[in-house]
Amino acid sequence: MIPGPFDYHRPASVTDAIRLLADLGDEARPLAGGHSLLPMMKLRLATPAHLIDLHGIAGLKGIRRDGNRIIIGAMTTQAELLASADIGSSLPILHETALVIADPQVRYRGTLGGNVANGDPGNDMPALMLALDASYRLEGPNGAREVAARDFYQGAYFTALEPGEILTGISIPVPAAGHGYAYEKLKRKVGDYATAAAAVVLTMAGGKVATCVIALTNLHETPLLATDAANAVIGTALDDAALKAAAGAARAIMQPASDARGPAEYRKHVGGIMVMRALQRAASRAK
Amino acid sequence: MPKTHVTMKVNGSEVERLAEPRTLLVHFLREQAQLTGTHIGCETSHCGACTIDIDGMSVKSCTMLAVQANGSEITTIEGMANVDGSLSALQEGFRMMHGLQCGFCTPGMIVRAHRLLQENPSPTETEIRAGISGNICRCTGYQNIVKAIQYAAAKINGVDYKEAAE
Repeated sequence: MIPGPFDYHRPASVTDAIRLLADLGDEARPLAGGHSLLPMMKLRLATPAHLIDLHGIAGLKGIRRDGNRIIIGAMTTQAELLASADIGSSLPILHETALVIADPQVRYRGTLGGNVANGDPGNDMPALMLALDASYRLEGPNGAREVAARDFYQGAYFTALEPGEILTGISIPVPAAGHGYAYEKLKRKVGDYATAAAAVVLTMAGGKVATCVIALTNLHETPLLATDAANAVIGTALDDAALKAAAGAARAIMQPASDARGPAEYRKHVGGIMVMRALQRAASRAK
Repeated sequence: MPKTHVTMKVNGSEVERLAEPRTLLVHFLREQAQLTGTHIGCETSHCGACTIDIDGMSVKSCTMLAVQANGSEITTIEGMANVDGSLSALQEGFRMMHGLQCGFCTPGMIVRAHRLLQENPSPTETEIRAGISGNICRCTGYQNIVKAIQYAAAKINGVDYKEAAE
């Protein structure tokens, strides 16, 4: 399987990449880690006439702290996230999630920016970005803008990215010290997309849930923020009834497709279980 | 599409060839560099048979373009032996522990295990299984492959394998 012919471009700066994208128009696609795009090109499901490889842009790499936010360059790989002690201490859920994405070889190449920008409902990081209330920096011919992850996803592979724009960075507010977190992912085998997954970030006070955010992966055509489910556990000690209420509220907003990972009803069922497991594990980690 | 010059160092030797942008790295290595030890398996980034080592990373060479490897240093299975030509600890481990069956997936496994041991010279069984999780071999439960990597880790660390296993 060999992709169709295309011209290859390797700009050295974001400015050059945007200029190329603007000049070449719809026929051009940016290339990040490539583990979604290149297989699509091999199958001829994607046939861009121009590939704009972002690997040559040093400015798209790196992890830095800016006050109470962590700023991650779009071309930072999953392996680099896993190697970062700063991420491990301040955003441990990012480590936990990166570890269940694909396999080591793919994580060496796969990037956070590619994962969140592609709009694939199966990708793991978008739900996490909703849970953490991250924002994305989008740069295009008309300058740069920040878009909240919670406003970014509009449909399967359909995002707030305008033609000519590139997602250049991800900004994440550092969650409260002592927060509990969990990403629970059910998958058929190592390397697979989620049958269903749930991200939870919460804080506890006096044995009860003080704040809670829940987000869902691959249970709709976009990642979902499960606000009612989170509200159902706030103020509770996460007893059986609260967990079941959260799972029920989460299931109410799920609309998964029936596919090789299971019929929709099954995926909703296990989606609720992922919510309950993630809540319990997050609570057990909260200090 | 015009071909471009692609230059890389493969197993210590400079390789310079003309390649179309769409040429996948695995095809470049097999057909242009004549290094056929890197195998083409699933072609969809799942099986790991095409794993190579590039600039200190394990990568599936079926999901990377040859032009993207321009200027890189690559090690393939052909570069895994010791400098004097004798079997490396990993190769010896796969042989001693019967870590291969048909052998098709073995080059990718050894190249991946090489990087794993560079990063973690004394992996636990769990870490080995996670480390080679991108190298699917449906023939086995990986048991002898795990033993082969444990054998290599012990040898590299100067420990007797039987002692390490106890």
